Formats: sequence, C-alpha cells, structure tokens
Amino acid sequence: MNAKIENFTGNSIEFRDVSFHINDIPGREVISGVSLSVPIGATVVLLGRSGSGKTTLLRLINSMLLPSRGQVLVQGLATAEWDPIRLRRRIGYVIQEAGLFPHFTVAENVALVPSLEKWPRERTEARVVELLRLVGLEPSEFAERRPRELSGGQRQRVGVARALAADPPILLMDEPFGALDPVTRAELQREFRALARRLRKTIVFVTHDLREALMLASRIVLLEAGRIVAASTPQDFLHVDHPEVRAFAASLETGPGVPA
Amino acid sequence: MSTGLSDWSFFMEHRAEILGATLEHLELVLVSMLIALLIAVPLGMFIVQRPALRAVSIGIANVFQTIPSLALFGFLIPIPFIGGIGKRTAIVALVLYALLPILRNTYVGLSEIDPAVLEAAEAMGMTPAQIMLRVRFPLAFSIILAGIRTATVLTIGIATIGAAIGAGGLGTFIFRGVALVSDSLILAGAIPAALLALLADFFLGLLERRLRVV
Repeated sequence: MNAKIENFTGNSIEFRDVSFHINDIPGREVISGVSLSVPIGATVVLLGRSGSGKTTLLRLINSMLLPSRGQVLVQGLATAEWDPIRLRRRIGYVIQEAGLFPHFTVAENVALVPSLEKWPRERTEARVVELLRLVGLEPSEFAERRPRELSGGQRQRVGVARALAADPPILLMDEPFGALDPVTRAELQREFRALARRLRKTIVFVTHDLREALMLASRIVLLEAGRIVAASTPQDFLHVDHPEVRAFAASLETGPGVPA
Repeated sequence: MSTGLSDWSFFMEHRAEILGATLEHLELVLVSMLIALLIAVPLGMFIVQRPALRAVSIGIANVFQTIPSLALFGFLIPIPFIGGIGKRTAIVALVLYALLPILRNTYVGLSEIDPAVLEAAEAMGMTPAQIMLRVRFPLAFSIILAGIRTATVLTIGIATIGAAIGAGGLGTFIFRGVALVSDSLILAGAIPAALLALLADFFLGLLERRLRVV
C-alpha cells in the first residue's frame, strides 16, 4: 500500500461531498457538501470571509479534524484511514503567527520534523542550511537565534522552512502572511510565488485577501458559509457571476493595502 | 526581654544543637518536597486536558491548604499507617501543604502555552507525549519552578510546627521557648528557619530566572 501511495498519480487531495459540524450537531454545519479536487502540483487558494470555513477545510486535510460526512482523500487514501501522525509528517503546515517554538533555535525549529523522523544528524544539518538559504535567511547569521530575536517576516520565513523540512508533497498555509506589514507581505508573496513554482508542491493556501489569491493561485475557490460558491482560474475569477465574487471584487478597490 | 548580646552567646553555646535541628528541619522539608513534586507535577500534566479532574484535584489540594496547620497535624495523628507521633506524620502534612502551589503552577504553566505553538506542534505530526515533553513542559518550566519555590518557603515555615507532634527540627526550640518564656530559645529556632526560607527563595528564584526561555 505504501508503494501505491508513493507512486500516486491522481489528485493529491480530494474532498468528496464533505460536511463537518462541531460536536456532530447536525444543523450547525461549518462545512456543507464540499467536493473539490486538488491536482498534484496545483496551488489552490481558499478564499472567503472570516468564518466561511476556510481553515476548517485545511484542518480536514491533515486530519486535525475528520469529516462528519463524506471523505477527504489524501494521495488516494481517506484521512480517516491514515495514521494521523504519519499523514501530518508528510504535510507541511504554515500558520499566521508562524507558531515557532520559542524555546528552540531557528535551526532546531526547522529541524523539527527531520528530528521526529530520526534523520541522521549530518543529513538534518545539511537540510537546515539548504532550507534557510532557500527562504533567504543566511544560516551563519540566523541558525542559532531564537524566534523572539527575529522580525515578523523572518519568523514567517522560518515557518515556511520548517514546513518544507522533510520535503512533504503537500503544503497547507493558513493566512501565512496575514499578520505582516504590507511591504513585508508583498515581498514574501513575491518570493513565495517563485518558490512554489520551483518546488512543484501541492499547495492549499487560505486567505481573505483577493489580491493575494489572484497573485498566488492556479485555482481560486471561494467559500461562503461553508459552501463552495465559485471555483475558477485567477484569470476568469473576477468575471464569475456571483454576489460574493462581486463583494470580493469590490474589496480590491476599497480594501486594505495600497490602492491599485 | 533579653539583650541581643545574650541571645548571641546563647547561640554560640548551643550551636551544635542548633545545627543538628537545622539539618533535621532540612530533611523534613526536602523529603516532603520530593514527595510533593512526584505527586503534583505528573498530576498537573495529567489534568491539563481533563477539565473535570482538574476541578476536583485542585479543589482537594485547596481544601488542605485552608486547614490551619496545627489542626492538620492533629487530625493526622489518629490515622493508621500515616499517622502517629513523629516525622512520618509531619511529612504527610507538609506534602499536603506543598501540593497546591506546585499543582496549580504546573497546571497553569502547561495550559498557558501560545495556541499557535500547540497547533503547529500537532500539525507537524508530534504525538501527544512529544507535545507534552518537548513543547509544553519546557515552556512551562519556569512557572512550575515558581510554584516549587512558593511551596518550599511555605514548607520551611510550617515544618516548625512539626515539633508539636514530635517531628523534631527547628520548631523544637520555638515550642520550648514559648513554654519557658525564653526569647533566646525562640530565636534559636526562628532565625535559622527564616534564613533557610530566604536562602531557598533566593536560589530557586535565581534558577527560575536562569531557566526562563521566553
């Protein structure tokens, strides 16, 4: 079965009519009847207002939550069937506040999953150096620092490096640049777009910022009240005829950030 | 009222006895603290994610704390196995007093971890045991140590009452001094006890600051 997973060529992630309600109370659905395929190497951006269910969808992928109805398949296998620890170690995860371990150095933070997977020391050390360079942090300067000695942008770079450490095929990102100042955010978005193209990972990216979605996505999926209301390429997204799409399009003109 | 000079000469004459009582006192405190730690720290880890148990165990620890210490020593004497006259009963009472500060701080320290850190730990595929030992515990350590410090100072003070039930220690001088209306005797017990408390407070405080990670 493992070999089958390794050589898997279908959709990287697939939601099959997935619903999720908290404490299994029907009627209070956070996610209702979501079906969605994420091909290998795609960058799917989940766009929506706060409370639309974006983060819940993300947490259904790495089995931090299990669907109340339907199935979430990761590399062909339902998340309920996966050993959650094994599944999560194959999925990189980046969150808004980075969630770095304050008692670990930058190098130790990046080395987290390799150390959990008991990589030999030389391999881990080489990987840490490689990753810090990849995210634009000079290892000799940053490796031994603690997270509190970094700026918000640097912490987020470390968060990305940590997520990539064990070379997972899938990357989940929950508003990773949301807490940064606009200038740093734009910088990281540009770099991340280049990085994503180079790495060919399957990426699911959550944001409420349409500008960010248009910039990073190969496909934009718009959520409203736990349902998918639009799914389209970034090129066609603004032409989709749906009130929530128009509401987001309007945010481009008046929303936060630098006016176009 | 005796003068400071006569107190000093009393100290010098009885220094061997005072030193012996101080060591005995330290023994009571160290044994009690060790037992309290072995109970309270694992218990604190266990109750962090179990709200019902948390309320019950902290509630019980709280009750012991409210019993006047002399009364608690008295209550324990008739209880079989743990009671009776002597060190063992005193140690049981001291453990009961030391539990609450350690348990409460262990629980508070372990539960007040940045949620983003815990979410990342879980999402990276750490097992619950790894999250406890490699994330929660190290981050809570200085707060747990603060509880240990409070408990130690408290125990050093309350251990003087152990003398009332024949546990020995510095309280022996104090009780004798009260009975004989001798300030010198009272001070011979009280001053070393106060010094012990101050020293313990100082050094544990130092350790706490040294080990603070964030």
